Amino acid sequence: MNRRGRMWLLPVSVLIALLLGLLPLPQPVQGLRPYWLALVVAYWVIEEPERVGLGFAFLVGVLADLVSGALLGEQALRLVVMAFILQRFRAQLRFFPLAQQALAIGGLLLNDRVVAAAIHLLLGLPQLPWPYWLAPLVGMLLWAPLFLLFDAFRQGRRSR
Amino acid sequence: MSSFANPAGPRPGDVAGTLRLLAYLALSVVLIVLDHRGGWLAQARATAGVVVQPLWQLAGLPSRLGQTMREDAATRATLAEDNRRLRNELLVMGARQARLQVEADENARLRGLLGAAGRGRLDVQLAPILDIDLDPARQRLLLNAGASEGVRQGQSVIDAGGLLGQIIAVTPGTATVLLLTDLDHAVPVSVSRSGVRLVAYGIGRSDRLELRNIPVSSDVVVGDVVVTSGLGGRFPPGFPVGTILELRPDDSHAFLVGALEPAAQLDRGRDVLLLREQPRTPLRPAPAATGNADAVDAGAPVPPASAPPDDTQPAAPPAGAADGQPPAPQPQGRTP
Repeated sequence: MNRRGRMWLLPVSVLIALLLGLLPLPQPVQGLRPYWLALVVAYWVIEEPERVGLGFAFLVGVLADLVSGALLGEQALRLVVMAFILQRFRAQLRFFPLAQQALAIGGLLLNDRVVAAAIHLLLGLPQLPWPYWLAPLVGMLLWAPLFLLFDAFRQGRRSR
Repeated sequence: MSSFANPAGPRPGDVAGTLRLLAYLALSVVLIVLDHRGGWLAQARATAGVVVQPLWQLAGLPSRLGQTMREDAATRATLAEDNRRLRNELLVMGARQARLQVEADENARLRGLLGAAGRGRLDVQLAPILDIDLDPARQRLLLNAGASEGVRQGQSVIDAGGLLGQIIAVTPGTATVLLLTDLDHAVPVSVSRSGVRLVAYGIGRSDRLELRNIPVSSDVVVGDVVVTSGLGGRFPPGFPVGTILELRPDDSHAFLVGALEPAAQLDRGRDVLLLREQPRTPLRPAPAATGNADAVDAGAPVPPASAPPDDTQPAAPPAGAADGQPPAPQPQGRTP
């Protein structure tokens, strides 16, 4: 547990994740855009459970909805669901090897797509085309490098 | 921020955590429902738009920088070539404009004979598209021009091909365009060949629009060009909306459903035109039928209207509309 208040990384990482979500991608690969914000929130929920919980996920989600012009509350709901599941399994997750952690995160991201599809279905909004279902795979592959990068920033003091 | 420190295993904290989850889920659902049903959050969005605007500008920066670099790196030869091509295009356009001018004069004369109202003039303003990806489930664009450039809510947005959509939200530096293709959008149209009046609905796909409830007996065929009809008064008449790709009977077999290909080229990172319709000239009694054209105040092209002094955008020559405006606009337009 890093108790030395290196919390500048938290707002910065959220901001960068929001920007990466807005960056224009060419049409063919748009569906593959990983859900950066979910990865960042997942990292903080696992690493800083005292500071980061459901409320944080909710607020970040509302901000993301405002920024992307999406339905207000959609990403908030999705991130809260994800944060809750993570909190439940945090004890096990922390002792997984990184590859296994990435698999779990991939599963969570896939679940997130299902939740999003369900919201769209309930409200009669158009469903996203099929390439968007590949995004969790990209997110899964990004988990390990992201995790190591964040840890490097936070002095790599993880009590394993 | 909620805190949730926990040892592993079942514990009383589980209940609190679940309650917290339910509270936040309820809050999210309330937001979703309000936003989806009520549209009550438009004001909140507009307020928040000011907060997130810097983020949008920041996200659009790489694309803008890239464009600048490409422009700076363009060789003299490329520029000369571009210049030559644009000059040629300008010549062709000038010739077309001259022909249209003749038509417009004749149109004005005939309108005078009919005693029809003259059309309001149009003047346009260029606005760059901010190159960022918004929520893919919604057909929206962000313009890099806002209230400080004189953009107003409800303005029609066009490009060289035809109608793109309308402005639905304005912050000081940006404006949101609701595209024709958005699920929430409907535009009154008429078939330019036969004058049949219909409504084109967005279906949430960027390459399709839908015409519903076309009477089987109406004079509509595949390949017809559909233009705005001006009914409802939100869009000016005569701008291309799309081309009919196919017609099929709907579920009741009493009507046809048509698929439209949008006329506007939705290519991000370019500029669009915003229409500023000038106040319509008051209706005059029809002049005596002498064929005297200048007795009628019609929508003949005029010299470029100068933009308001606070306006940083260049004002382009006015676009001439090509269709009659029904005398009595009916309230209609977007579905809620």
